[in-house]
Amino acid sequence: FLGEQCCTMKILTLLSLLATHLSASSVNIEENAGQFFSSGHTNNWAVLVCTSRFWFNYRHVANTLSVYRSVKRLGIPDSHIVLMLADDMACNHRNPKPATVFSHKNMELNVYGDDVEVDYRGYEVTVENFLRVLTGRLPPSTPRSKRLLSDDRSNILIYLTGHGGNGFLKFQDSEEISNVELADAFEQMWQKRRYNELLFIIDTCQGASMYERFYSPNLMALASSQVGEDSLSHQPDLAIGVHLMDRYTFYLLEFLEDIHPSSKANMNDLFKVCPKSQCVSTPGHRTDLFLRDPGSALITDFFGSVRKVEITMETINLTEPIQQVDGSVSDGSSVVPPGVHR
Amino acid sequence: MGLLSDPNRRRALISLLTRLNAPICVVCYMAGVAWFMGLAFEPFTLRTYMSENAMGSTMVEERFPAGERALGTGREFSAHKKKAGGMPVDWLVKTMQSRGLEVFTQRFSRRLPFPDEDKERYMVKGTNVYGILRAPRAPRTEALVLSAPCSPGDDNNQAVGVLLGLAQYFRNQVFWAKDIIFLVNEHDLIGMQAWLEGYHHTNTTGMDWSPLQGRGGSIQAALSLELSSDVVTSLDLVLEGLNGQLPNLDLANLFYAFCQKIGVLCTTQGKLQRNDWDSVSGYSHAVQTMMLMVMKQASGRPWGDHGLFLRYHIEAATIKGINSFRQYKTDATTIGRLLEGMYRKLNNLLERLHQSYFFYLMPSLSHFVSIGYYMPAFGLLALILLLRALDLWIQLATPPPRTEDGVADAEQMSSPGVLSVLTPLVISHLTGVALYTLPIHFQEIAVEHFPVSETEAVVLTAIAVYTAGLALPHNTHRLLTGRGTENGWKVLKLVAVLYLAVLLGCTALINFSLGFILALTLVPVAAFVTPDVPKALSAFIMVILSPACTLLFSVFLFQELQEMPVSFLDGWMLYLSVISQGILDHALYGSLVYPLVALLVYPCWLLFWNILFWK
Repeated sequence: FLGEQCCTMKILTLLSLLATHLSASSVNIEENAGQFFSSGHTNNWAVLVCTSRFWFNYRHVANTLSVYRSVKRLGIPDSHIVLMLADDMACNHRNPKPATVFSHKNMELNVYGDDVEVDYRGYEVTVENFLRVLTGRLPPSTPRSKRLLSDDRSNILIYLTGHGGNGFLKFQDSEEISNVELADAFEQMWQKRRYNELLFIIDTCQGASMYERFYSPNLMALASSQVGEDSLSHQPDLAIGVHLMDRYTFYLLEFLEDIHPSSKANMNDLFKVCPKSQCVSTPGHRTDLFLRDPGSALITDFFGSVRKVEITMETINLTEPIQQVDGSVSDGSSVVPPGVHR
Repeated sequence: MGLLSDPNRRRALISLLTRLNAPICVVCYMAGVAWFMGLAFEPFTLRTYMSENAMGSTMVEERFPAGERALGTGREFSAHKKKAGGMPVDWLVKTMQSRGLEVFTQRFSRRLPFPDEDKERYMVKGTNVYGILRAPRAPRTEALVLSAPCSPGDDNNQAVGVLLGLAQYFRNQVFWAKDIIFLVNEHDLIGMQAWLEGYHHTNTTGMDWSPLQGRGGSIQAALSLELSSDVVTSLDLVLEGLNGQLPNLDLANLFYAFCQKIGVLCTTQGKLQRNDWDSVSGYSHAVQTMMLMVMKQASGRPWGDHGLFLRYHIEAATIKGINSFRQYKTDATTIGRLLEGMYRKLNNLLERLHQSYFFYLMPSLSHFVSIGYYMPAFGLLALILLLRALDLWIQLATPPPRTEDGVADAEQMSSPGVLSVLTPLVISHLTGVALYTLPIHFQEIAVEHFPVSETEAVVLTAIAVYTAGLALPHNTHRLLTGRGTENGWKVLKLVAVLYLAVLLGCTALINFSLGFILALTLVPVAAFVTPDVPKALSAFIMVILSPACTLLFSVFLFQELQEMPVSFLDGWMLYLSVISQGILDHALYGSLVYPLVALLVYPCWLLFWNILFWK
């Protein structure tokens, strides 16, 4: 009779433990579900722009292509990348290795590869096209590959490289975009809810001047040099006869090669890329407009397209209304803006 | 009141001008000469640097391996040249074709106006052979030229060998964005002129040539190679072209940059650069180099086969290999590498060379003086002429002082007629025309009557006409109605001084060296000649400073500067050959020095001679 009682006690203890555990884990699932939606973005976009042409600006194309390579490797598909290259270095007549663009001397790394998709090429890379891509004001005939179809849940990476100065970036040797125009374009994007968070990287001379005028929320910016400093090129390749990369992007590429899709490296690590001893210029960054702590923003939040997957056997109740940003409740009916009568 | 509108101030200014005119002129002249000499002083010059962004630095890897094979090809070329007794056309065509070039030939022929005794030719017939290396992937819109002359005897065989070796090496590379034309021209400048005229469809000198069958697009740059030995101790860069035109300084900068990178000794004007600019000998070395360049530029003749390209706005230079007595020798592979590096950099060009200076002087290969710095030297000399003109104008404008003798008054007040000024002008210019046309046209008559060759006939006729012009003043006077008036010579001098100023100014703009050298000798003549100076002495000085004697002194100076001084007799023969070459250059290539001197400078000088003998 005592053995039966012992057995029953044990079973009861086990059952109660199991129940507690289950209830606890079900509470965890709810929390995880909450955390699941806390980073705010559901898709990633990248706009990578090289603004200079001519054979001696080979390094700018190589810069852009190396960032393209990293971004693709970490998961952003070509349909979500707008790649703008102002000149064709791979097929330039002066290229001793046609169909390649190298980023390391001794031709170690060919960033052109065989699956590059250039969306804006040659003379299509203009200030007007760039701003239209950002703000979405494109003519109806523009194909999808040339559009930035981002929404309010997109994290966008914007990378610019070329020749710049204090407050401007030179496009194609014939026009310039100023920092004021860029800041206004980002504000338009914010007002049209075209991004959730935006990371802006620029590798030009006096690059920090380009992010001085930003005033929209959720922007983080990095530049390769301060106002009054020149960004320097990294290494010449004697067989090709040009400089292959700029220093900042070279060390950025080195840093990104160590990132994999499940990496937990955050923005603070990115700010440490290319200190003055390596870059000769002083890289700068700006985080005051960014609402989260940069330490909590992962590299893969911007550079990769990480699909968050959690496998669970539990059922989670998602029928409760989800709080939107403006406080109103979405329940399927269309939201009527105030002042407009149906 | 303003400086010039206030009559008191104006009178003061005018009196200042008339009183101090002569001293200011002397000071200006000394300042001009001192400025010119100071140009060679190193702290006043700038270091050369690459201006063209597309060419960047010497950041290429030169890998030309086949120097010895190139020399072997040169020996083959020499053997075939001896066998053919001229240009071995068939062998060259076959060799270039085997190297993968598209080969074409051009025949040309030319009868010189009179035999050229320096090069011993009169009826010139020849063939140019050129091969085009098509850029593998580029459209055929632009081209570069590498040329080597086919010279008689043993000269320049190695140049053709290196050219063919480079052609073979270049053919295996895929990075050419421009077509490269490898040209072997016969009869040096005449062949080059025929080729260029055929390429650009112009015919400015009346030569007979067959049209070119193959073309390569607009030529961006050209190099001419002269190499007559298997090893060299230094490479000399020759820049001066036809009519004193110079290639863009970036071409010289490119050459110098590669010389430094590869470690070859490089010179300009055949003179090695020195580091001790603050010592007297160092400074005089720089002055000598600069003076050599000035004299070569002033002669207006192309000093290398490249000289004819410049007229078509093609930047070109000649690279000469010099083998002298030095320890360190450079072999053909290194020369090939230097040329390979230069061509790779020229390949990167997107536009014609235009970022650097077109007008400059080089006291050494690493330093240059730009037009902004050397023009004031000429400006100071031209100022003298303007001051003199102002002085004469004031003298002519002020009414003469009243005298008691009414007759003298009337004579002073009568303004000189147009005829008294026009007549000397017309007669001087007619003499100039005679100097320009007679030597060539009357050479047959001269040969009939005198025991001289045609060339000597031409030169001696020129000198005879020149000297006959000196006898003119006495004849001009007879044409005038009565003796010349007091104001007559002043008006003539005013016209002559202004004419000289304009003439020298225009010449200095196009060919600074020629303008400056002429100014150095003619401006003192123009400034100080009047009918009142002692006749015999002034006549002697005027003849010494006349263009012909300037040329004679320049010949001697040139030989001195090249460290090959000549005796008087040799110098005289050299002088005669210089005159004949000048006339030939004008007939063959369109050099403008001979017509300028005969038709414009000489009549101007005759006007001053007229003034000297006015009374």
